[in-house]
Amino acid sequence: MKAPLAQPGAVRRRQTRMLRAGFIERTLASFNQRMERALSAEGLARADGLLQQLDPRVKVIGLLALVVATALARNLPTIICIFAVSLLLARLSRVPLRAIAARVWLSALLFTGLIALPAIFITPGEIVARLPLVRWPITAQGLLSALYLFSRVETAVTLALLLVLCTPWTQVLKALRVLGVPAVFVVILGMTHRYIFLLLETARDMFEARQSRMVGVLDGAERRRVAAASVGVLLSKSMHLSWEVYLAMLSRGFRGEVYTIDEFRMRRRDWAALSGFLLVAGLAAWLGYCF
Amino acid sequence: MQGAGRKRAQLYPRKISWAPWPSIRAAGAIGAQTDMHIPDGYLSPATCAALYAGSVPFWYVAARRLKKTLHTRLVPLLSVFAAFSFVIMMFNLPLPGGTTGHAVGIGVAAVVLGPWASILAISVALLIQALFFGDGGITAFGANAFNMGVVGSLVASGIYRAVAGQSALASARRVVAAGLAGYGAINAAAFCAAVEFGIQPLWFKDGTGAPLYAPYPLSIAIPAMMIGHLTFAGLAEMIVSGGVVAYLQRVDPSLLTLTAPAAPDHHAGRKEARRGGWRATRPLWAGLAALMIMTPLGLLAAGSAWGEWSAEDFASPEARASIAAASGGHAPPAQTPPGLARLASIWIAPIPDYAPPFLRHPALGYILSAMMGTGIIILAFLLAGWVARAARRAQGSNVSHSGGS
Repeated sequence: MKAPLAQPGAVRRRQTRMLRAGFIERTLASFNQRMERALSAEGLARADGLLQQLDPRVKVIGLLALVVATALARNLPTIICIFAVSLLLARLSRVPLRAIAARVWLSALLFTGLIALPAIFITPGEIVARLPLVRWPITAQGLLSALYLFSRVETAVTLALLLVLCTPWTQVLKALRVLGVPAVFVVILGMTHRYIFLLLETARDMFEARQSRMVGVLDGAERRRVAAASVGVLLSKSMHLSWEVYLAMLSRGFRGEVYTIDEFRMRRRDWAALSGFLLVAGLAAWLGYCF
Repeated sequence: MQGAGRKRAQLYPRKISWAPWPSIRAAGAIGAQTDMHIPDGYLSPATCAALYAGSVPFWYVAARRLKKTLHTRLVPLLSVFAAFSFVIMMFNLPLPGGTTGHAVGIGVAAVVLGPWASILAISVALLIQALFFGDGGITAFGANAFNMGVVGSLVASGIYRAVAGQSALASARRVVAAGLAGYGAINAAAFCAAVEFGIQPLWFKDGTGAPLYAPYPLSIAIPAMMIGHLTFAGLAEMIVSGGVVAYLQRVDPSLLTLTAPAAPDHHAGRKEARRGGWRATRPLWAGLAALMIMTPLGLLAAGSAWGEWSAEDFASPEARASIAAASGGHAPPAQTPPGLARLASIWIAPIPDYAPPFLRHPALGYILSAMMGTGIIILAFLLAGWVARAARRAQGSNVSHSGGS
């Protein structure tokens, strides 16, 4: 039976119900966001910037050295200087700051900001001010520790994002070999990355199919059952897929040994960049640790 | 036009708009966001290095063991399973009370693959998250892999084996075992993360005394992490682990045989599973909730249990009186029995009186209360579900009386 049209209350109620049933839609939205981001990252990795032109091994070692220097720093100016270096790198690599802000700065601001906020009031130390109305003490040590946490997190996520945005993932993986990651894990990581997108697509199709067949409102228990059953279906499909992949690998002569083709070649520019990175990171570590 | 608008609204709905109690909703939001992926900057480099070093032996042993059992199947199985773990970390899971949460999938991985493959699969998924998607730090990857990959997998596997025992593949006991495995794993991992956070301000401060990394001491870090995980995040993991096993029992029981090769034929208990795997477990969950609520009773009970006297009790007049009262008026011997005295001096328990000094910490009190709270929550949900079903049934009979609409 069709519901009468002109009943705003009923429409609102139905909309509310629709939103309540929206866990499938939200899961779909997060799948879409992941895939979109991965695609946009591949676009940036092909751009003609500073980081994009460097050997992936240089990028992995250099940016990681900067992340470690950020972690080691024991004073605020050093962390802020490394942050400035990361902004400069982003600029030279034509990574729009807006993309970084949308991807990591905002979420880090919310998440770490929320966590760091109470520290301002409860860290013992020298009281510099009091919050109006409630008279909570604000300590210098509390402020400083919140700033440490916050600046360190923002700097580290920016550097990590630069690596991902400016390097195709296959190259990042191969570059991990220089850090001593065994070849078999490099292959596993590469295949995992590949199958993440396949399984994301499979899961998206499953949810879309389910959504297109749903007319009513699911109650809480039913929604949980749908979610758990979806995980179960995906698990069955994954195990089946891994078996098929295995057979395909066997039929192509896979005997357990894995090889990676390291086609990287260090040029003069790469050596210069590597020494630049290590110099900056070393200097930052020295300044940050000793002063 | 209107249709298109509605379609968009369906695909990208606004934030969830309803929850019965605002406070529960807020707690759920925090619980769902109490993410265990530690980002860079929260842990000192020394802690990160120590946790990398702690994880490496487990990775090594896991790789050696799996190579022996899986041979060439190792690479495709781990790759696809790690991808699966990654994808289910993105599932939006509806929790009771109108909130949502995310599961990590440690319980599912440990139940289906066993502890060693689970360690590697979860670690690989975490590394991909850290490297390519910015979830969890790069320097903190060792810590995340240790907490969730190593500790989580071992705890989940241990609980699953202990609770499931030799039960049939399709028995309700396995569903409960998997649910508890997920719940225990996520809380063990959260506890490790909380301890890692909590030790930072003890050791790492700058010249002025300001904490350099995570700023909260153990007394704040442990309850803050555990309350969210003992309730909402733990519940999410429990629902996924238990629900997946209940589903597999009905649809694809062969996937459960990897970790339980000796379990009796799965057709034996199949009838029970067909009745609705998850539903059949309801009495077990109710019993569990009751046990959790009663946890602190043991600590509240006055005096010591009959026969559990220590050598010192024979010297104290008060203890002597209570021993006499508990023994029906028979006075205890005037001297400590020589055998008891001799044995007591040989063995000094590592946890005297069930509470070593570090456990007499207020944080333990929080954990116990949270555990009791979780019991109450499970019971409350069961009760709410029962009331809702009764109400629906009543409504259904009303509707059928009035001829439907």
